[in-house]
Amino acid sequence: MNLDNFQSLSYSFPALFLGFAVVALFMLDLVISRKEWLGDIALLVTAIVVLGVVRLLTSEAGTLFHGSVALDEFGLYFQLLIALAAFATVWMSIGSREVQRTNQGEYYAIVLAATLGMLFMASANNLLMAYLALEFVSLASYVLAGYSRHSRRAGEASLKYLIYGGVASGAMIYGMSWIYGLAGSLEFGAIQQALASGKEASLPLYVALLLTLAGLGYKISAFPFHMWAPDVYQGAPIPVTAFLAVGSKTAGFALMIRFFFTAMAHQNGGGVYEWVGGDGWHQLLLALSAVTMTYGNLAALNQQDNLKRLLAYSSIAHAGYVLMGFVVLTDDGLRAMLFYLTVYYLMNLGAFVVVMVVANSTGREDLAGFRGLAWRGGALPAIAMAIFMFSLTGLPPLAGFIGKFYLFAAVVQQGLWLLALIGVANSVVSLFYYAKIVRTMFLDQPIGGEGAVAMDWHNGVLLGLLTIATVVLGIFWGPLFDLADRSARFFP
Amino acid sequence: MPTNPLTWMIFLPLLGAAVILCLPRNAHQLIKSVAAAATVPPLLMAFSLFQSFDRTIADMQYVTKIPWIASFNIEYFIGVDGISITMVLLTALLSFICIFASWGIEKAVKGYFALFLLLDTAMMGVFCALDFFLFFVFWEVMLLPMYFLIGIWGGPRREYAAIKFFLYTMVGSVLMLVVMLALYFYNDPHTFDLLELAKRAPTYSATFQRFAWLALFIGFAIKIPAFPFHTWLPDAHVEAPTAISVILAGVLLKMGTYGILRINYPILPQGTLEFAYWCLVALGVLNIVYGALCAMAQTDFKKLIAYSSISHMGYVMFGMATFTSQGIDGAVLQMFNHGTVTAMLFLLVGVIYDRAHHREINGFGGIAGIMPFYTGWTALAFFAAMGLPGLSAFISEVLVLLGGWRYYPVMTLIAASAVVLTAGYMLWTMQRIYLGAPNEKYLTLPDISAREVFTLVPLGILVVVLGVYPQPILDLIGVSLHKLNEVVLSAGQGGPLASTGTPPIVR
Repeated sequence: MNLDNFQSLSYSFPALFLGFAVVALFMLDLVISRKEWLGDIALLVTAIVVLGVVRLLTSEAGTLFHGSVALDEFGLYFQLLIALAAFATVWMSIGSREVQRTNQGEYYAIVLAATLGMLFMASANNLLMAYLALEFVSLASYVLAGYSRHSRRAGEASLKYLIYGGVASGAMIYGMSWIYGLAGSLEFGAIQQALASGKEASLPLYVALLLTLAGLGYKISAFPFHMWAPDVYQGAPIPVTAFLAVGSKTAGFALMIRFFFTAMAHQNGGGVYEWVGGDGWHQLLLALSAVTMTYGNLAALNQQDNLKRLLAYSSIAHAGYVLMGFVVLTDDGLRAMLFYLTVYYLMNLGAFVVVMVVANSTGREDLAGFRGLAWRGGALPAIAMAIFMFSLTGLPPLAGFIGKFYLFAAVVQQGLWLLALIGVANSVVSLFYYAKIVRTMFLDQPIGGEGAVAMDWHNGVLLGLLTIATVVLGIFWGPLFDLADRSARFFP
Repeated sequence: MPTNPLTWMIFLPLLGAAVILCLPRNAHQLIKSVAAAATVPPLLMAFSLFQSFDRTIADMQYVTKIPWIASFNIEYFIGVDGISITMVLLTALLSFICIFASWGIEKAVKGYFALFLLLDTAMMGVFCALDFFLFFVFWEVMLLPMYFLIGIWGGPRREYAAIKFFLYTMVGSVLMLVVMLALYFYNDPHTFDLLELAKRAPTYSATFQRFAWLALFIGFAIKIPAFPFHTWLPDAHVEAPTAISVILAGVLLKMGTYGILRINYPILPQGTLEFAYWCLVALGVLNIVYGALCAMAQTDFKKLIAYSSISHMGYVMFGMATFTSQGIDGAVLQMFNHGTVTAMLFLLVGVIYDRAHHREINGFGGIAGIMPFYTGWTALAFFAAMGLPGLSAFISEVLVLLGGWRYYPVMTLIAASAVVLTAGYMLWTMQRIYLGAPNEKYLTLPDISAREVFTLVPLGILVVVLGVYPQPILDLIGVSLHKLNEVVLSAGQGGPLASTGTPPIVR
C-alpha cells in the first residue's frame, strides 16, 4: 500500500507521539518544580513508543508520505530496537549522577528528539528523508555529547563531533546529489531501476557512492570515518555514550543497509542480492569491514585510561564484524546483521551500565577504578561485566557467540575465507583486552584507593535484565532468530 | 524428566552449581558438601554405564537427539561409544576426587566450587556431544571456568598463566569454528551431526580435507599439547591449584586426542592418512623425547610432572596413528591410564606443597624418613609413570610400541628408548626429594592425611588392577576403535588421495 500524507498519520503514531512529547517536555520543564519527574515522564514516553512500534508490527507493508518513508518488517525491527535503546537510555539517565547534575528537562527532550530522528533513519526510503533524519539525529547528538557543560572533555567531544559530522554529512549530501543526477530520482526503488538499466558510467557512480559512504560510515563509526568516536565516547555522559554506541549506530546501519540493498542492489532470487551498475564496491566494502574490525581491536588493546574509550574502539571493531554480514549481500547476511545488532544492543548497553554503576560510586572511569571490583562490594556488577565482556568476545554460551556465529556462517557460506579468517583472528585479539577488564575485576585485589561500589535497585534491575537476556539468548535464541529472519525483507 | 543417564551426568553438576550460588557465602562446609553431592550421582551412573554398556557393537549408545535450533539444524545430540565412555568414566571419577582434593580451599569458596562444577558439566558435555555445534559450545564453555580457576586460585604468576591458556585455546577453537561452518555448508542438507558428517566423508574433496584437517589438528594439538603448541601447559600447570592441575592433565589434555579420534579420523579419513605420519607419528615421538628431556631439566616438582605429561601424551599421538589394532587400542588405553597416573602425581605434588609451601626439587631431601606413607604412594605413582611392568601405563605403552613396530620401526625404537629418559628423571627426582639425609627444616612435617589418601586410593587401585588385567577397558574400547580404524584405512583404497594413501606408503 502507498499512502498519502493524511492516511499515513495513523501509521506514524510513535513518531507523532515522540514529537509531541519533545515539545511537551520543554514546556513541562518550565512548570514542574520536581525535576526528577521529567525522567519518569520520558521513560513513560519511550515505553509507549515501544508499544506503538509493536502494534505496527502486524500492519500491512507499504510506504507512507508519498513513498518517502517505508513501512516494512525491516524498518519496524530497527524501530523497535531503537525505541528499546531509547527506553534503556532514559532508564540509565535516571540512575546517572552525571545527568542528575545537569538541566534535566532539556536533556530528556533532546534524547527523545534524537530517538525521533533515528526512527525515521530506520525507515527512510528516499535520499532526502534519509539526509534529513540523519542530520536531525546528528544535531541532537552534538548537544548531548557536550552535555556535561563544565567538563573540558565534553566540550572537546562536542566540537569534534560537530566538525567531523559537518564534513561527513557535507560529503554525503554531495554524493547524494550525484546519485540524483545519475538516476534522476531520490527514491530508493526508482534509483535502483534507473541504475539497473545500465546506462550510467560506473566511475561517477563509484565516486557518488564513496561520498555517501562517508556519511553513513561516520554514523556507524567505520574506519576511516571513526575518528570522532573515541573522544566523543569519552567526553559524553555515560548514558549518552551508550545511546550513541547502540541507538545511533543501529540507526546508521538500518539506513546503510536499506540504501545499499534497495537502491544499489537487486534481489537475484534464492536469497542472493547483486549490485547494480558495477561490482567495484564489493571489494571496497570487504576491505572496509576487515580494516574496521582490525583497527578497532588493535587500538583497543592498549586503552587503560578510560573504559568508555576502550568501549569506543570495541564498538568500532563490532561495526567491522557487522559489516561482514553486509559484504556477502545475501539474506543470510542480512538476518545475521539484524540478529547481531540486537545482541550487540544487549551486551554493549550492559557494559555501559556497569561503567556507570562504578562511576556513580567512585567517580572513576579508568581501568584501575575497576581493580578488584568483585571483592569490594561490586560482585554482581563484576559478574555481569564479565558476562558482557565474554559475550562481546564471542564465547558460548552467550548471545554474542550466536551473533558472531551467524555472521561467520554467512561469510563462510559465500566462500570468503580470507574475511572469515580475519574475523576469527580478530576475535582472538579482542579476547585479550576484554579479558584484561575481567582480570582487573576478579584476579587483581583492590589496593584500597578505589572506593566501595554499591548498586541501587534502579540500575540493578536494568543490569539484571540485560544480563539474563545475554545468557538466555546464548542458549535459546530460536525466537529472536525467527523474528530477524522474518524482518530481513524490504518493501516492495 | 530426561531418561538418558548421560543428560543427567552432564547437567547434574550444573544444577549443583546453581544450588551453590544460592547458598550463603560463609557456609563453607555446606558448599563443599553440595559440590561433593553433585559429583556422586554422575560417578554412580558412570559405574552403571560401565556395567550395562554393550561391548559388542560399535554404534553409539544411550543416544538422545532433540532439535535445539531447528532453523539451523542444530541438535542436542548426545551418546557414547567405546572411546567416549572411557573418557566419561575418567571424567566422572576425577571430578569426584578433585572435589575432595579442593577441600582445603579457603578463598572465595562459593565461587570456586560453582566454577568447578560448571567445568565438570562442560567436560562431560564435550565427551558426550555428537553434534558439532554442541561439541563446540561445551568445548568453549570449558574455557571460562578454567580461566577463573587458574586466575583467582592459582600461584604467583596465575594471571599470566590464565590468559596464556585462554588465548592459546581460543586460537585453536576459532579455527575449529571455521571448519565447523565449512563442513556444515559443504553438505546438503546442511548438518552439524557428526555421524552424518562422517557418512559423507567420501564426498569431501582432497583440498578441502587437507585444509580442514590441518585447521582442526591445530585446534586439538594445542589442547594435547603437541610440540610446538605446548608452551601454555607448563605455565598453566605450575600456577593452577592442585585439583585444577589434576583436571587439566587428567581430562583436558585428553580432549585434544579425543577430538582427533572423534572428528578428524571419521570425518576426514583421507586427510588423516595423508598427515598421520608427520603430524601424529613424528610429532608424537618428538613429544615423547622432548617432553622427557625438558622434564629432566626442571627444578620445580610440578613443572617436571607437567613436562612428563607432554611426554606421555606423545604415546597417545603415536599409537593412534599406527592404524593397527594394538596401537590404537594402546593409545586410548594410554589416555585413560595417563589420566589416573598423572592425577596421582599432581595430587602428590599438592600434598608436599601444602606442607612445605614450595616445590623446589633440590630443596627437600630425606622425605622418606619423615613421611613414609606419603613416600610409598609417591613410589607407586612414579613407578607407574615410568611404565614399570605390572602397573597400568606399562600395558598401554607396550601396546603402542607393538603397534608402531609394524610400520614405523625407527620411530618405535626412538620412542622405546625414551623410556630410559623417563626412568632417569623419575628416579633422579625420587632420589633428590625422598632419599638421602632428612632436611632439618622439614622434620616436623605430618604424614599424608586420611582425606589425601582417600583421593589417592581409587586411582591407586585402578593403576594396579589395570596393570595386571587391562581387559575391562580394552573390551570397552575394542569394537569402536576397530571400526574407526577400518573406516580410516578403507578411505585409503580409492578416493581422491588413494595414491598417497595407506600408512606404509606415507612412511
